[in-house]
Amino acid sequence: MSMFFTIAVIVLVFLIIFQIAKASEYVSVIKGEEKARADQNKVNGFLMIAFLIAGLFGVYFCNKVLYPDTLLSHEAASVQGEKVDSMLWITIVITGVVFFITQILLFYFSYKYQESKKRKAYYYPHNNKLEVIWTAVPAIALTALIVFGLKNWFAFTGPAPKEALQVEITGKQFGWIFRYPGMDQTFGKKYYKLIDDANSNSLGQDWKDSKNFDDVVVSQTMYCVVNRPVNLRIFSRDVIHDVGLSEFRLKQDAVPGTPTSLWFTPKFTTKEMKEKLGKPDFQYEISCDQMCGNGHYSMKGVIEVVTQEEYDVWLAQQKPNYYTVFPDKDPSNQKPQLATDSTKTTASVKTTDVVKTKM
Amino acid sequence: MSNEASMHADTSVNVPVEVHHHEEHAHHHHHESFITKYVFSQDHKMIAKQFLITGMIWAVIGGLMSVLFRLQLGYPEEKFMWLQDLMGKWWFEDGHLTAQAYYALVTTHGTVLIFFVLTAGLSGTFANLLIPLQVGARDMASPLLNMLSYWFFFLASVIMFSSIFVSTGPFSGGWTAYPPLSALHDASPGSQHGMDLWLIAMAVFVVSSLLGGLNYIVTILNMRTKGMSMTRLPLTIWGLFFTAILGVLSFPVLLSGFILLIFDRNFGTSFYLSDIFVATTNTALPNEGGNAILFQHLFWFLGHPEVYIIALPAMGIVSEIISTNSRKPIFGYMAMVASFFAIATLSFLVWAHHMFVTGMNPFLGSIFVLLTLLIAVPSAIKVFNWLTTLWRGSIRFTPAMLFAIGFVSMFISGGLTGIWLGNSALDIHLHDTYFVIAHFHLVMGVASMFGMFAGIYHWFPKMYGRYLNNTLGYIHFWITMIGAYLIFWPMHYEGLAGMPRRYFDYSTWVSFNQFEGLNRVISIVAIIVFAVQILFLFNFFYSIFKGRKVTTQNPWESNTLEWTTPIHPGHGNWVGEIPEVHRWPYDYGKDGRNFIPQNVPVGENEASH
Ligand code: HEM
Ligand SMILES: [Cu+2]
Ligand SMILES: [Cu+2]
Repeated sequence: MSMFFTIAVIVLVFLIIFQIAKASEYVSVIKGEEKARADQNKVNGFLMIAFLIAGLFGVYFCNKVLYPDTLLSHEAASVQGEKVDSMLWITIVITGVVFFITQILLFYFSYKYQESKKRKAYYYPHNNKLEVIWTAVPAIALTALIVFGLKNWFAFTGPAPKEALQVEITGKQFGWIFRYPGMDQTFGKKYYKLIDDANSNSLGQDWKDSKNFDDVVVSQTMYCVVNRPVNLRIFSRDVIHDVGLSEFRLKQDAVPGTPTSLWFTPKFTTKEMKEKLGKPDFQYEISCDQMCGNGHYSMKGVIEVVTQEEYDVWLAQQKPNYYTVFPDKDPSNQKPQLATDSTKTTASVKTTDVVKTKM
Repeated sequence: MSNEASMHADTSVNVPVEVHHHEEHAHHHHHESFITKYVFSQDHKMIAKQFLITGMIWAVIGGLMSVLFRLQLGYPEEKFMWLQDLMGKWWFEDGHLTAQAYYALVTTHGTVLIFFVLTAGLSGTFANLLIPLQVGARDMASPLLNMLSYWFFFLASVIMFSSIFVSTGPFSGGWTAYPPLSALHDASPGSQHGMDLWLIAMAVFVVSSLLGGLNYIVTILNMRTKGMSMTRLPLTIWGLFFTAILGVLSFPVLLSGFILLIFDRNFGTSFYLSDIFVATTNTALPNEGGNAILFQHLFWFLGHPEVYIIALPAMGIVSEIISTNSRKPIFGYMAMVASFFAIATLSFLVWAHHMFVTGMNPFLGSIFVLLTLLIAVPSAIKVFNWLTTLWRGSIRFTPAMLFAIGFVSMFISGGLTGIWLGNSALDIHLHDTYFVIAHFHLVMGVASMFGMFAGIYHWFPKMYGRYLNNTLGYIHFWITMIGAYLIFWPMHYEGLAGMPRRYFDYSTWVSFNQFEGLNRVISIVAIIVFAVQILFLFNFFYSIFKGRKVTTQNPWESNTLEWTTPIHPGHGNWVGEIPEVHRWPYDYGKDGRNFIPQNVPVGENEASH
């Protein structure tokens, strides 16, 4: 019912606007072309300057309301992110100055130089000096931005420090799997044809490779250590995904068949961030930033940044995946299954459930 | 040469020349049937109208799609039972848009607006309408290929449209169609038959665009009238010329990328596929050794030039309209041409700035940073030249002029954020967030739409011999201008919060769920703006039949040749001889004279430009 009502109102508004438009056309025919044009120029010239002023106010207002919701309103949570932020600020200032100058000139000129009986247009076809100036000045400003940018770019994409924590992250439709290399500090071999979800081998670890025996596999939540660089080795099991780390200001694609990597140094533990932001539900979320299918929007991972001691405790509680697959090899086999294992499976079930219900 | 012959035939049929042209259909030479005049027409002016109206239909479809998915983003909790009743269970479930339908809508919206509206609808319309009229030719070099270009576009349209109705749904992997998602039938329902139809439609579209583009280039190079040297071409023609070159050089690369994708999808090849385990079927695929990133290189080798294929015609149109309505020459004509050239050249060398986070070699990335930021220089030159053209002008605010000024504003706003994204160290943060959405909608979507509107308002009298209603034009402009900023400006902030694009629902994300209210506001404004476009369409179709009649040959007091044709030009455009050109098209306000058309000889004491 309300639907019909809305449609009726819209149609009515359209009709009224149309009648007014039609009438004003007749009026301008009666007034004569010159006079009609003069009137229209006056109205639109005024609207130009009004738009400029309202627009500038709007920019201010929008910034005031939305700025606190952006990441710029608080410190980046990684060393790399700090550099991204400082570059953002330089870029905002340079492009901001250009923005305000050009927009103000555009609307001011439009207003000021509207047709008038008192003034004739000034024939001014070219001026090479001006062209050179406004080629050179942007070129110089851009060079500065490029220099800053590339310095950071090479720092970000350079090799990770030796002491970095090594973590492997693998995207799949629709979730994340993490692997830690265990005591031997090396990842065992894997091959995608060995993937066997039913038998807890979600990465296709090759059990002939003894380096796999101590590798820890977890899903959903990854742990890393504050102030210690972490090197992510990024894989995908199916389509392209992207490890999006907005609080750390970084991201990198996960490409099937082509490993990529990304390293960064977290500056605050999750707990510290909760306090800093006054947000008890704060999490470092991993968002998938590359369209990967119908569950793309739900492909969430979590990074838990903790102190070295907490990390050690956590890692000690993890059981290598090898023992899950081959329980008879597990030295602690006598004990009942550890709790971590069950959380892992319920967590992954949950994400697929969410996807299914929304699909 | 056969074309030459047919032209002579045209003129000789017309020997008893009509001097007064108030009578409609004054010069009908051959007896045209309805079919040859309106359907399989070879008259460039009719083909232009066909492109325009088909483009408009797609714009309405694409726009409606955006309204639907904006409803989901603005009202994720709300149940839309009436939409479910209207559209059926496939699209809506329990009153909510399904994720699958959301992605299908987003993908089709992007594909259709970029290719069918802003490529075919924009270039197709104005290249066809303006090239012969402004260079002084009776028609395109090959009217037949020109007609085929439209009908291939029409075929592509039909195929794309039918893909909306297949049982597994239209393609839903994004307009960029990255494999493996787009290659694997089991990766997503949208990658089944919907994707086959999408690929076929796009392949046919490429054919259409090549036929059109070659024709435009040849016509501009070979069929200019006497005296029309390249440096006397209006900037519209320069814009369309570079556009056509970009299309001819880059669309084939896209087509090759699509063909490899078709092979990977259907014939077991592994160009893009390697190491894939499909969970839905629990199988590891046999494909090894392919590279998924290869597709992105092929795609963006077209994809980046494509954004200029969309922008350059709009820039040309805007240059022409700003100069005419400022009653002043365009400032720095040669610099405008040179910057077109620079943009066109550089646009082939920046494609990988869409791929900074694919794991590409960082050194290679740095080269693309350099070249990408370089392209901002010619863009800046253009903006400064438009501003200087307005300076000390005598501006007439026709609706076309308003849209041209709006174009410049949008191009500045969107172009400047290109400088952020082109810097890889910032892109690594902003890539695939709403910041990118804001950037390209302003610089390409809205700006080029404005260019297209400007063109329609300006050349409508030439197309139909009637005017559009001015008041409706003003309402259309101001609401669209304000609305477009309200929609896209705040999206920069969402992007700066890291909010990813292509998300169906943000409610479960602690990092991105703070924008619920904003998303609602954006959606409401989007609906209003859409409604105003309907008002424009109404104005358009009403005015074709009932608009105020054009009574003078040159209503905007413009210098270019199209205004020397009769009010209702027949097939062949000019009655009698094609005018000879004696000057550039921008002699406005010269020596105290309001305007001096291109076909007026240079006076004895007149300094030639
Ligand atoms: C000042 C010059 C420009 C620069 C430096 C620039 C730079 C960029 C960069 C680096 C990206 C990739 C962002 C990302 O995906 O993370 C991008 C995206 C995009 N740009 Fe621009 N741009 C400029 C002008 C334009 C123009 C003139 C257009 C169109 C008319 C345009 C249309 C687009 C589109 C459509 C995308 C998004 C593609 C997608 O879906 O991923 N840009 N631009
Ligand atoms: Cu994803
Ligand atoms: Cu690009």
